[in-house]
Amino acid sequence: MNKYTERLYNGIIKENPTFVLMLGMCPTLAVTSSAINGLGMGLSTMVVLVCANLLISLFRKVIPNGVRMPAYIVIVASLVTVVDFLMQAYLQSLSAALGVYIPLIVVNCIILGRAESYASKNPPLPSIFDGIGMGLGFTIGLTLIGLIREFLGAGTLFDVPVLAQFGWFTPITIFIMAPGAFLVLAFLVAGMNIVRKRMEAKGKPLAKPAGCLSGDCASCGHSALCSGKAVAGEKQAADAAGN
Amino acid sequence: MSDLYHVSSSPHVRSKDSTSRIMLYVILALLPASFFGIYNFGFRALLIMLITIAGCVASEWIFEKIVHKKSTISDLSAVVTGLLLALNLPVSLPWWEALLGSVFAIIIVKMLFGGLGQNFMNPALGARCFLLIAFAADMTNFNCDAYTGATPLALIRENNGAIPADLNVMDMLTGRTAGTIGETCVIAILLGAIILILLGVIDLKIPASYIITFSIFILIFGASPFDTTYLVAELCGGGLMLGAFFMATDYVTSPITPKGQIVYGICCGLLTGLFRCFGANAEGVSFAIILSNLLVPLIEKFTVPRAFGLVKEAKKNE
Repeated sequence: MNKYTERLYNGIIKENPTFVLMLGMCPTLAVTSSAINGLGMGLSTMVVLVCANLLISLFRKVIPNGVRMPAYIVIVASLVTVVDFLMQAYLQSLSAALGVYIPLIVVNCIILGRAESYASKNPPLPSIFDGIGMGLGFTIGLTLIGLIREFLGAGTLFDVPVLAQFGWFTPITIFIMAPGAFLVLAFLVAGMNIVRKRMEAKGKPLAKPAGCLSGDCASCGHSALCSGKAVAGEKQAADAAGN
Repeated sequence: MSDLYHVSSSPHVRSKDSTSRIMLYVILALLPASFFGIYNFGFRALLIMLITIAGCVASEWIFEKIVHKKSTISDLSAVVTGLLLALNLPVSLPWWEALLGSVFAIIIVKMLFGGLGQNFMNPALGARCFLLIAFAADMTNFNCDAYTGATPLALIRENNGAIPADLNVMDMLTGRTAGTIGETCVIAILLGAIILILLGVIDLKIPASYIITFSIFILIFGASPFDTTYLVAELCGGGLMLGAFFMATDYVTSPITPKGQIVYGICCGLLTGLFRCFGANAEGVSFAIILSNLLVPLIEKFTVPRAFGLVKEAKKNE
């Protein structure tokens, strides 16, 4: 696997922003009431992410370390404005459905996270692939949640009637409301944790959730995901190395 | 002689009560309301009960098979959940929605949080609220062979608090009104409640504080204040009696401290009154009870009884 396909694999599976890193939860829960909304949100985030990664990687030696965050925000905000205007011009209904969540891509933690942890340290081409991988991971996550919520909550898939064509079916409307987002996300993350265990058994561990960087399970919101095992193992290894 | 010297670890005095025995008592106490439901709403009510009970027991069994846990269906708690859920559903509900509700009650509200004793809210009520949000139209459609039109509470609400002419409070007491399968007949529910109290399964702290708080709230803030007929109609209408005696008193989701039980009952009463008087729906018992369920850990934390012989800090300082 060369380093470009490795970046794609990393973004889609190993560090999937939705199901593994648990980043960008706000749009994930808020706009995924239908598959098309999830796909639209994912793709527009991906466009911004790829361009932002490229620009930040190009300017990585120019941007002073002390003001890097404002600089990233300016770059991301400019790109988001472009995307927002393009969507208002050519994809009006989608733009209306996504509403404030398009401007809010500016503060999406996936974009700032990738800028900080990858694009600012790596050359432009790998950064682009990192953006594509992460963007695809986010898009797949959101589309999947949107598909399930739309299927159960409206009986359609991409507005094509599936369950809705049966007379006995009543849409389970709770799934296109807020509680449904939490329920579907919880089940998908639970499914991802099964995958995580299988991968660990195979010796190809997935990334730890973002919060785990603290190393302190007591104050960590994600400790339920890893049951503290990852950190405990890491500490033991560190202790052993220290000794 | 050897019996006399037999030494085992505590407890040395054992009660005959077991989970399955208490659940059996609860089922027994629910029978009057269930039979009346079948008599009142017809054969389909029995069908709904069988579907939810079978759904609850089967989903508990399947879940425990999948996660390799010991099967706990013999403790009968799933049967109680299924029966309570059925009593909280309108008789015209499509069968697959009832089945979905029982799967939600057992898998999501109960088993995912660790099974009986760990669930944070009453499974039957959690499922009822899930169905109420998911299938709002079907869950509030009380048209069936026996009755057409709205429940007494909805009628009174439409009538701005006055009892409509064709509504008889005596009918509400004997259950000859539209409503969910088990909530209409107050006499049958009270009969069950007396069975529970006589068998020592529940005591009066929670239901009494619940109903008294609710009555005071309705008398003051209700649509027709200080009108006793209106008060009786509000007490007999909807799921208040069923909720107060059978669901608010659920061992797992109510406080264990005596003071806490009274605080919890007051919470239920206040919330029910609030939802009924100022909410969007005529009924609010199920949401009130599950919200109070969520407050239980907090209530228990602040109402721990003083241990015997313990002196308060302030007194020690004197």
